[in-house]
Amino acid sequence: MAVAVALLTLLPLGYVVAGVVGTGPAGVVALVWRPRVGELLTNTVELVLLGTTACVVVGTGAAWLVERTDLPGRPLWTGLMAAPLAVPAFVNSFGWYSLSPGFAGLDAAVLVTTLSYYPLVYLPVAAVLRGTDPAFEDMSRALGNGPWHTFVRVVLPQLRPALLGGALLVGLHLLAEFGALQSLRFDTFTTAIYDQFQSTFDGAGATMLAGVLVLLCLLLLGGEQRLAGRARVARVGSGAMRRAVPHRLGPATLPAIVALALLAVLALGVPLGCIAFWLATSTSTAFPLDDLLRTTATSLGLGLLGAVVTSALALPVAWLVVRRRGRISRLVERCTYIGNSLPGMVVALALITVAIRFLPALYQSTVMLLAAYAVLFMPRAMVSLRTALGQIPPELDDVGRSLGVGSAAVLARVTLPLIARGLGAGSALVFLAVVTELTSTLLLAPIGTQTLATQFWSESSSIHYGAAAPYALLMILISAPAAYLLTRRSRGEDT
Amino acid sequence: MTNGLHVTGGLQVTGLRRSYGAVPVLHGVDLEVPPGTLTAVVGPSGCGKTTLLRLVAGFDRPDAGTVAIGAQVVAGPGVAVPPERRRIGYVTQEGNLFPHLTVAANITFGLPRRERRARHRVAELLELTGLDESYAGRHPHELSGGQQQRVALARALAPAPELMLLDEPFSALDAELRADTRRAVAEALAAAGTTTVLVTHDQAEAMSLAARAAVMRDGVIVQEGVPAELYRRPADRGVAAFLGDVVELPAIYGDDGADTLLGRVAVGHRNGAATVFVRPEQIVLTAAGDGAPADVLDVEFFGPFALVRVLVGKDLRVTVRCPGHLVPAVGERVRVKVAGGAL
Repeated sequence: MAVAVALLTLLPLGYVVAGVVGTGPAGVVALVWRPRVGELLTNTVELVLLGTTACVVVGTGAAWLVERTDLPGRPLWTGLMAAPLAVPAFVNSFGWYSLSPGFAGLDAAVLVTTLSYYPLVYLPVAAVLRGTDPAFEDMSRALGNGPWHTFVRVVLPQLRPALLGGALLVGLHLLAEFGALQSLRFDTFTTAIYDQFQSTFDGAGATMLAGVLVLLCLLLLGGEQRLAGRARVARVGSGAMRRAVPHRLGPATLPAIVALALLAVLALGVPLGCIAFWLATSTSTAFPLDDLLRTTATSLGLGLLGAVVTSALALPVAWLVVRRRGRISRLVERCTYIGNSLPGMVVALALITVAIRFLPALYQSTVMLLAAYAVLFMPRAMVSLRTALGQIPPELDDVGRSLGVGSAAVLARVTLPLIARGLGAGSALVFLAVVTELTSTLLLAPIGTQTLATQFWSESSSIHYGAAAPYALLMILISAPAAYLLTRRSRGEDT
Repeated sequence: MTNGLHVTGGLQVTGLRRSYGAVPVLHGVDLEVPPGTLTAVVGPSGCGKTTLLRLVAGFDRPDAGTVAIGAQVVAGPGVAVPPERRRIGYVTQEGNLFPHLTVAANITFGLPRRERRARHRVAELLELTGLDESYAGRHPHELSGGQQQRVALARALAPAPELMLLDEPFSALDAELRADTRRAVAEALAAAGTTTVLVTHDQAEAMSLAARAAVMRDGVIVQEGVPAELYRRPADRGVAAFLGDVVELPAIYGDDGADTLLGRVAVGHRNGAATVFVRPEQIVLTAAGDGAPADVLDVEFFGPFALVRVLVGKDLRVTVRCPGHLVPAVGERVRVKVAGGAL
């Protein structure tokens, strides 16, 4: 079962490899060695480098200000800094380009994606800053290092795994980003694949572009593994940990507040403000209750189904990984993560190709859409499930069976009740990811199926800003709880 | 006790073997536990005793050998009865109460649905394990470690198992709690008349609780018998040293015993070497005219007793454990002898 799930998640990778092999070396060179591909490569690499750097700087800075200084209003900032997670990047970009049609290109793309994705760095870094023992810093100061040297020599190394992990996530998101970049007219591999697919249904061309994109993803993954190495940041020794004494900002307090407030305004104020503005003023503003209800219902329904299917598929994998440690289970786990690090565009393309060739009945069916969601969002369910399962001592299974209860009944009466919270949290995360998913839904949704995201996309693409706004608002409202859940989990308050 | 005593059929293990990869853990274990008694399997950590218990419980399968519970073979060539159908009770080191269930729901976990609803035997089992009935509604995290272990025992006893398996059930408790819990568990098991195997590395626990004990070493059972017999007549030096401290005395074997510097010692069987082994508590200070003269080197005073190191002859140093009110002074000349026979 777990192996079948792993194979499903490997399908996209297999599709790309098969495509490359099928085209042959000469064909690959002909399709890849083009000026257009070079241009896309430059754009993509520039975006990833600049966007990731910006996210790391903004996220780390904000985390340090919120967690380690005497900044007033800490609880407020903690919430505000993570809140942009609730605004999908393509809604954020809508806010910006609807302000000014000239807002486009690399600068615009870097700005918008940074504002959308810096929380991916902020959250883990803030968690580490909150969790590390300030004694290390005291020790460094006692050994003669000033505050800045202490930060560089002591704090930064402790942050390394969190920073790298966050940066990797940002990088993968940037490689996969479609909606925001398309609307800002900045071409990367993802948008190019979409255009190619829409205009020509050119399988080979799109596959080659996907191949390069996948290569970039794997490069990022490998690079992170190399850099992370065997970093060990555990605290050695026993004894209670002190709370950190916050750094005094003094005269820097006001600039710090202004900086964070500016960040919040740019990341949250602009999209929310624009939505409100267009709702109030646009001539195309309309509240077609039927359509709103129908798309909301579709989104919620797909979200629920996606959450159930993904969690059900993740459960055996998580069980295998936690309870049967070994080379095979590690491999299976790795597979599920690889599936997730591939862009939704590639996953969708792979499923379409496989369906057309082998299972035509599934093409443009809800089943296929759900399969794509499962491949894309499996890790969200896995992380919660793994933690929850890991907290159950395996002896409970033994005890249950020694009392005359069969293994299926032990699963139902012991394991499931104990992992209910983790299962719920993971499912909620998948649900909310599905509700705001745009790329693969656009490609895979059955004809006539409109979700909030796709409806918003089609209205905003045809410059009906007022008509698009209600859908954006609904999406933000629905995904706010997900952002909250993610924030809580990264603070370690939740399983 | 409303159910009264029900004597069960005992456990029979023959030729049990198990390897993990290339590492053999059990090399042919034979063990027989008479019905209704408690047998302790005792050995240093890593000797394979937990593996033995897991094979008996059915959590793992043997490479060779058979396990029979009562009259039924549950593991052997072509037979592998799953744990839930072996009619066993199992108590682990941590107790492993189900954290999401109350004490009552934990205890009735192994009962059919109807009896679970009726909270069948909850009060009776709580009383049997020495817990107040008011605990029934609590959750495991509201109990102390000792109470959790008692509930774990009550839960294991609830389905009236044929065989009870205790895997170091007291080692996670602190010393004071351990003595209390141990007594409560032993009494509850005796009252229920359940055949029991207790696995432990604590030889004092094994000898005080069990009717019979089996000493395990390197994957085999080296000696099995009544605890007092094992302590007095160990099969070899290793068993002797595992069950308690040993004093080695140089000796010359004669026809009716062995002559040592401390006098003649009765010998059960010759161990070949020119030494005899005795327990330290066998060496006693004695009145003038008896035993060998010795000089007191130093005294470690504990109150009720003292450890007195003496020099006998030119170079034999032995430690004597003597009562607190009879402690000699350093430098004093005393007399020592061996009470009872050699090991």
